[in-house]
Amino acid sequence: MTGNPITEADLHAYIDGMLPQSRHAEIEAYLAARPDEARRLHAYRLQKDQLRALFNPVMDEAIPISLPSRPRRWTWAAQRLAASLLIALSGGAIGWLLHGRIDPHALQASQPRPAGNMKAVALAHQAAVAHAVYSPDVRHPVEIGADQEDQLVTWLSKRLGTPIRPPKLGKLGYELIGGRLLPGQSGPVAQFMYHDNAGQRLTLYVSTEQSDNKGAGFRFAEEGPVNVFYWIDGKFGYALSAATGKAELARIATAVYEQLEKSQ
Amino acid sequence: MDDDSIQLIACIPRLRRYARALAGNRAEADDLVQDTMERGWSKLASWRRGGDMRAWLFGIMHNLYVDQARKARIPTEALDENMPRPSTHAGQADPLEMRDMEAALRLLPAEQRETLLLVALEEMTYEEIADAMDVPVGTVMSRLSRGRERLRALMQGRSVSSTLKVVK
Repeated sequence: MTGNPITEADLHAYIDGMLPQSRHAEIEAYLAARPDEARRLHAYRLQKDQLRALFNPVMDEAIPISLPSRPRRWTWAAQRLAASLLIALSGGAIGWLLHGRIDPHALQASQPRPAGNMKAVALAHQAAVAHAVYSPDVRHPVEIGADQEDQLVTWLSKRLGTPIRPPKLGKLGYELIGGRLLPGQSGPVAQFMYHDNAGQRLTLYVSTEQSDNKGAGFRFAEEGPVNVFYWIDGKFGYALSAATGKAELARIATAVYEQLEKSQ
Repeated sequence: MDDDSIQLIACIPRLRRYARALAGNRAEADDLVQDTMERGWSKLASWRRGGDMRAWLFGIMHNLYVDQARKARIPTEALDENMPRPSTHAGQADPLEMRDMEAALRLLPAEQRETLLLVALEEMTYEEIADAMDVPVGTVMSRLSRGRERLRALMQGRSVSSTLKVVK
């Protein structure tokens, strides 16, 4: 016993686990002699438990890129988020471009890029961002799983307004997890997710917004740990992202490309 | 992606949980997270490395929430201690329902709700909360004490004024 008076702050610190162990006996003795106070503190503890039970499930929800109740604002906001992400990722230029603050020609002049336009570069960035957001998600990596592949194909084809189908990558050791719909630059895009035996995840981002782009060969982009191979084929833009080596990713990208060619 | 960005993204689930508890509805909560992230990204360069990213982000969210509450249609600050109890709660001995907890939480003044949630959900220390909300620790303590007692009263379906004890 220290003889110090027990304050209201001590009682709160006690239930919040912030009171030194050496003072616990003192508080316990205090409460033992005062049933009303003990009941009051018990109610406070219960509050904490209930608040956690009530709101902890939010932590396991998939992180929304778009909310159906506010599509416009969220599409716009998601693009801004992507743009700001890119500022962080690429150190400025491309992110600012997406932000609409720099004239594309000005940028091209100062930083020449291969033929093809900035939209294709944006495709790679958006795919990398989508990969970074969804591939670490343990509980909700996809909206529809591979066990309902038919439903996934029907739904995404309908939403994108054109038949699309996830390539089969089993021979390369990658199995389909499922897919989801995401907001692109002006409309919906699809993301398919795969994993290998080691749990390494791979995403294929499919956009149908590339009407302004002339066909282009494979291109490669690096976003921190995420490597991206991307290419344009007619109105389709494809971007394959994973945190694997460039050579491995190139091998998969080639297989994806060949399969998509055959299916057309 | 650099470490700062990864840290920032890693905070999203926590920010969403807190925002949901704070704002009450999903759309508002997600807007709050969105605004916080945008501000976070744009200020990331000025973030003091080695500092506590979580506390920094929660501070940003707190400021946005306060700004928003100030502009809100419902003057949450104007509620006084003698406000009527929720009529839906009759029996005092009823087991406490989760939904009641959510409703009761809505009836707390914003600063008490924030303090309570940072303690319960984030398990922040009183000093960290004082930092994030930019108030003295003593203020955090009185908000916590009032908030808890008020919530208890609401859950029991009685008015809080007669039973509020601040200091023993």
